[in-house]
Amino acid sequence: MPTPIRSVGNTPGTSGNRHPVTETFRRIFRHRRIRREDVVGWLFVLPALIMYAVFVLLPFASTIRYSFYKWNGVGPATWVGWKNYVNIFQVPNLIGTVINAFWLVVWFSFIPVSLGLIVASVIHRTATGRFGTVARTVLFLPNVIPLVAAGIIWGWLLALPGLINQILKTFGLGALARAWLGDFDTALPAVGVVGIWVLLGFCTVLLLTGVSKIDPALYESARIDGAGWLREFAAITVPLLRYEIGVCLTVTVVAALAAFDIIWVTTAGGPGSSTSVPGIQIYILGFTQRAIGPASALAVLLMALVVLAIIPIQYLTKEVKQ
Amino acid sequence: MKVARGEFWVGRALLLTLMAFTILPFISIFITALHPSGTVPSGFEWPADPQWINFVTAWNQAEMPKLLASSIYLVLAVVPAAMVISTMAGYAIGLLKIPGSHVLLFLFVFGLTLPFAGFIIPIYFLERALGIYNTRLAIVFPLIALYMPFAVFWMRAHFVNMPAEISEAARVDGANTWDLFWQIHVPLALPPVTSLGILMAIWTWNQFLLCLVLVEDPTQRTMAGALGAFQGHYANNVPLLCAGTILILVPTLVVFVIFQRQIIAALLQGAVKG
Repeated sequence: MPTPIRSVGNTPGTSGNRHPVTETFRRIFRHRRIRREDVVGWLFVLPALIMYAVFVLLPFASTIRYSFYKWNGVGPATWVGWKNYVNIFQVPNLIGTVINAFWLVVWFSFIPVSLGLIVASVIHRTATGRFGTVARTVLFLPNVIPLVAAGIIWGWLLALPGLINQILKTFGLGALARAWLGDFDTALPAVGVVGIWVLLGFCTVLLLTGVSKIDPALYESARIDGAGWLREFAAITVPLLRYEIGVCLTVTVVAALAAFDIIWVTTAGGPGSSTSVPGIQIYILGFTQRAIGPASALAVLLMALVVLAIIPIQYLTKEVKQ
Repeated sequence: MKVARGEFWVGRALLLTLMAFTILPFISIFITALHPSGTVPSGFEWPADPQWINFVTAWNQAEMPKLLASSIYLVLAVVPAAMVISTMAGYAIGLLKIPGSHVLLFLFVFGLTLPFAGFIIPIYFLERALGIYNTRLAIVFPLIALYMPFAVFWMRAHFVNMPAEISEAARVDGANTWDLFWQIHVPLALPPVTSLGILMAIWTWNQFLLCLVLVEDPTQRTMAGALGAFQGHYANNVPLLCAGTILILVPTLVVFVIFQRQIIAALLQGAVKG
């Protein structure tokens, strides 16, 4: 009769497998030892986690909760279900903020990244020396000043007596002069220009770092083959900068969708609601109109939009591992 | 490098144009700031009688010494604390690889996508409940928390690349986790910690919305936060507004000029890591 091997293995004294009791002890012992270290490890995370949980995660959850209520911030809150969300899509002012946010993506993201690619490539090809360094630093300057300051500076430049209109007059284009930020047709592009001014340097410098990492042999062989700037740009620079372009797009798209400072000081969302974006509208609804529910619903929608916009960018521009 | 002559000059022209586009706004507000207070200057030209006094007036009326002190207070309250706790968390997640570290990392990275306007309203109510609304702590706590996603991610990226041998050797010598952290890993992590500190200092200095919502007294805000209030007062006095703006810009610009290389490098690395 063959004895089942398992039972043999479990018999004390036989070589091979250990006694189940010993095994259990061993497991507990190992478990204990790891546990102590893990507890210490968790203590290391705790301060950061607590701060983050109390002042970011908890408020994030609260925003979702508030978004289902009608509440003025002091009195009792009434449950309204999805009504606040439905409202966003029905009230032109509210859904308009989302549409404006997407227009801003063109100005804050698409243009700076495209222009940044061109500038990085130009610096790489024609200004490798001191001039390139100076250009890089100068273009980067607006990126370090407070966005509020950028807003105030451009608020003045774009005003009726400001620099932009003076330049137009100098070139005999005085007929075009207007209060750029006060005009329904031009306010959003005008705000967009401030975005370009702030973000161009960041994109340029980041992309330039990427270009300088490209193997120079690629460019040399392209030039031997007689490739011009455009050919080289389209065939080498842009495809090989996929990852850097992805980073630029992510940073600038978030900047566009979450814009607040620049718009608040230049137009405060006006004229009418032509430059109103979710950030501004959340502030107005929440802190001046005390409509916590609708403000929170818009906030949830904004956060969802940011995630939805970033995921495809991350996916499309993932660095290819060689 | 062989580049066609024409292309060379077109490239230079493009760069010069963009540099002008970047610089002219600064020059314009500087010249405007020198015009007589209360006037609406027209003409991009040097004023006949430059009013340097505008800077003094703006300095006094914006209560600059108070603003500077307040901004420095906020930076000192926020940045070192955020540096320490994020380094500790990055150490535990990246190097000790505690159980749940993947979930923790995801949880922190998730915060990178959240626009601040999205959860400012509950923060306001939370701070009222905690009794810190309208004090500087109302800015300090949320700022530290807001920096955690980026800071933890950044420090984890450093620790995850540290070879295990370093810790093992120290362990053999009898070091516990705490000693290991302070005596071995913090000194090794100084370069990324410093970059992080510079970035967080600039972000704190430039913070606006948080100050606007959570602190009513402009002199308790950051420089940038106070600028909003200053703009409200001087909407109709463009020269003074420009003078005030320049005064508020100067510290940032000075810091940028001094630490230019580090700041650019840190911002870029931060972006790539984030």
